[in-house]
Amino acid sequence: MDYTPTQKPNMRLRNSSADGLEGSQLFEDTSGAAHGLQTGNQQAGPQAAGFTGQSMLSDPMSNLALAYGSSLASQGREMVDKNLDRFIPISKMKYYFAVDTVYVGKKLGLLVFPYMHKNWEVSYQQDTPVAPRFDVNAPDLYIPAMGFITYVLVAGLALGTQNRFSPELLGVQASSAFVWLVMEVLAVLLSLYLVTANTDLTTIDLLAFSGYKYVGMIIGVVAGLLFGRPAYYLSLLWCCAAIFVFMIRTLRLKLLSDAAAEGRLVRGTRNQLRMYLTMSIAAAQPIFMYWLTYHLIR
Amino acid sequence: MAFTLYSLIQTAILCINAIAVLHEERFLSKFGFGVEQGVGGFGDDPGVKAQVLTLIRSVRTVMRVPLIIVNSASIVLLLLFG
Repeated sequence: MDYTPTQKPNMRLRNSSADGLEGSQLFEDTSGAAHGLQTGNQQAGPQAAGFTGQSMLSDPMSNLALAYGSSLASQGREMVDKNLDRFIPISKMKYYFAVDTVYVGKKLGLLVFPYMHKNWEVSYQQDTPVAPRFDVNAPDLYIPAMGFITYVLVAGLALGTQNRFSPELLGVQASSAFVWLVMEVLAVLLSLYLVTANTDLTTIDLLAFSGYKYVGMIIGVVAGLLFGRPAYYLSLLWCCAAIFVFMIRTLRLKLLSDAAAEGRLVRGTRNQLRMYLTMSIAAAQPIFMYWLTYHLIR
Repeated sequence: MAFTLYSLIQTAILCINAIAVLHEERFLSKFGFGVEQGVGGFGDDPGVKAQVLTLIRSVRTVMRVPLIIVNSASIVLLLLFG
């Protein structure tokens, strides 16, 4: 009877997991089908467990151990939540993901064709910026995150069509693009510090703005895959120009003083420096877009 | 360009080491970043030079002990694992 030894550990596990389900709510209650399975197995359980008395004796101990372990786990989870909030502000991140389909559609259209949009200011609601769902001009992290993932997948696709693909290359593409992103955000932060720009641009805002170029890169690479190199260059040129204008119009309101943002020429080295900074941030986007995609199109 | 996260960490450690070893008397005073020319501009516009000076000073003060730890750890790891 070599079935029972293999069945017994399963029975014991199922019994204790049933206790765990009612006890600590650590695992989600999945469905009635799971309960049906478990009751059926529990009926077979005592039969198998009755073969040796040891399993009956050790059941209270395992229950105790399980209860202790689950309480430890919930304590640990509370501690992780509390400490994680100190390093990565999760509540602030939720603001950046509060998007809906209409916002995403309008923002994508804005990233590709920013020339007709008139009002670029972010509307506020009693000192806090309005959630992206209600304002097209607010930065979000959904489009950059999705764009990054899509870029990695499209890069894998492009490499596959040239028979240069291997699964490690996906990781290489992802990590190198991520490293470039981090370096760009750090460079922008450093230059903002040096120019003493008193803005309300947070690090996450900068991350969002730097992530918007992935949309243009994806469009360029997909066009290059479908229609060949001229289409790649044309669509990349269009998206580069669009991102350039988008960044300038968005950053102008945040970085420059009010007078300079309205277009009047304001003298003074400070405003000049800030203007140069805005220009260089906007000009770095097309450079990165070309740098990260040219090796994908042959 | 195959950058990995490990190369990013390496770059960061090397750059912070580079900023931390800039000696004030021997090197920085030749560029007018010396100790005497402190942060005089208390107006609303410190200027790029004063900001760079503040940055170098703060990196040196804040990162001295962590850099010692990180450098010794990386020396040991590189000796052991190449």
